[in-house]
Amino acid sequence: MEVEIVKGLKFHKKQDVAIVGAGMTTFKRRLLETGKELSYFAVKQALEEAGLDIKDIEMVVMGSAPDAFDGTALKGEYLLDGAGGSDRPYLRVFVGGGTGVFAPIAGYWHVASGLADVCLVVCEEKMSCCHPHPQSAFKYIWDPILDRPLKPNLIWIFALEMRRYMHVNNIRHEDIALVSVKNKANALDHPCAQVAEKITVEDVLNSEPMALPVRRLDVSPPSDGAAALIMVAPHIARQLTDEPVWVTGVGWALDTTHWTNRDLYFPRYVAEAAKMAYRMAHITDPRKQIDVAEPYDPFDYKELHHMEGLGLAKKGEAPILTREGVTARDGDLPVCPSGGLLGVGNPIAATMGVKACEIYWQLAYRAGKRQVAKEVTTGVCQAWGDLMQVGTVMVMSNKR
Amino acid sequence: MAVGRKKISCPPYAEGTALSERDISERRVTIFEDHPNLVYSWTAGQAMSRFLNELKNGKLIATKCEKCGRIIFPPRIYCELCYKPIDGWVYVKDTGTVQTFSISYIDPDARPLEKPVIVAVIAVDGASPNMGIMHILGEVEPEKVYIGMRVKAVWKPENEREGAITDIKYWKPWRDEND
Repeated sequence: MEVEIVKGLKFHKKQDVAIVGAGMTTFKRRLLETGKELSYFAVKQALEEAGLDIKDIEMVVMGSAPDAFDGTALKGEYLLDGAGGSDRPYLRVFVGGGTGVFAPIAGYWHVASGLADVCLVVCEEKMSCCHPHPQSAFKYIWDPILDRPLKPNLIWIFALEMRRYMHVNNIRHEDIALVSVKNKANALDHPCAQVAEKITVEDVLNSEPMALPVRRLDVSPPSDGAAALIMVAPHIARQLTDEPVWVTGVGWALDTTHWTNRDLYFPRYVAEAAKMAYRMAHITDPRKQIDVAEPYDPFDYKELHHMEGLGLAKKGEAPILTREGVTARDGDLPVCPSGGLLGVGNPIAATMGVKACEIYWQLAYRAGKRQVAKEVTTGVCQAWGDLMQVGTVMVMSNKR
Repeated sequence: MAVGRKKISCPPYAEGTALSERDISERRVTIFEDHPNLVYSWTAGQAMSRFLNELKNGKLIATKCEKCGRIIFPPRIYCELCYKPIDGWVYVKDTGTVQTFSISYIDPDARPLEKPVIVAVIAVDGASPNMGIMHILGEVEPEKVYIGMRVKAVWKPENEREGAITDIKYWKPWRDEND
């Protein structure tokens, strides 16, 4: 059958979506608490901020990455009671590292569609269960026929992508290392931070080689942790706060697992996801209209790579903006003011705490010592993952 | 319910009890351990079975789509862009160009390697642009590798090939005859 398809996205949402509370646990390499207990801590904090009770929650979205870390199949169901999902509509979503922003996107569907007026989004990760190192679980994301016989380590794909990005745009490692220096220093003001410290570019360049050009201090650490976010309909938000933060756009896009079939210097799938979110949020010039950004930064070059994918910098321009201090917390476009994954930690899905939750806190003027210097109206957060194929983007604003 | 901007700093507190490596290894905390032993056998499927069998012959095979004109490598039985069956099989060369590379000092479990491994994405000659595979480079010093370097596959002897990607031992630097 041939049908005429009208190009373009049409948004017929039932109601606007506001965020009224968020919470997160500390991020550490190993935590005593189980995933259920960590989820409980994060949810409790979010409910306290929102002034809500668990009885007020209508539906729950859980985001958590590979079951192989916890060694628990049916991980979503396992975590359910700790995440406040007992006896109510509950759904787990998972797109690898992209989950940290994909879970709130799924929460947005619940409320924007009118199915729920109050939706709780929880993200949990406990990577320390896997021995000797969580990297051992990452082995299983590789193609069993083409890649795994070569005995790859996950760091390889990042090293290959980083080299290609540096080569095409003529970028030096020194300029990339500045991101690690900035984010680890920003994390000093985050109470949950795992690897906050004052370091120099030389420290990064002289750190232990992993898979060159990637060195130890180019990489975020594996972590345990959880985060939570509460999304509500406008009539609920009005009762809870005078200044909610609105979700104005969401976007996501995935490319194939054939990652050796694309030029790695530019994340096209992130650009596609951003295009969708910006269109919904009526953003035509992201560099001018976005005041604060939290792109995904599991590696220092990824922050730059994703800034370019998000249209916050031209191709190859992100390192220049970083060098000139534009992306510092007191700069014109603060990027990763939370300290990001590089400073606060990288519990895959639970990085929602430094991405979606941080943008919410920044726009609600509740980020404390991490609050950016400039006045903020609109912010964007983004996550990325799987075999370099996922882009998830959410735009928020404190103006409706 | 709280109304108005709360003068608060978020997150207000950080819950969770950090443990050290030794807390685990010396069992200072209560631990439950399990060693799942799961064994898998993957069928290679239509496209990969043909590809792996051709490796035994020392050849690389791709598929082509006449609608978009791509020579697709590694091969699949459908064109994911045109979303239609492929239009045939074509051999590609066992030479190619390094698109990007890394010098790895770690093994799959993040344990240090004594001698680094050079890994590269190699765009294979005869396939469409950017159609490559990941593989290992050999017979070259790490500092001599560059993006754009021409390489050729070094195959295992025919009687040792088993129909696996490792039938190619590694790719070595190569100079085109007409250079």
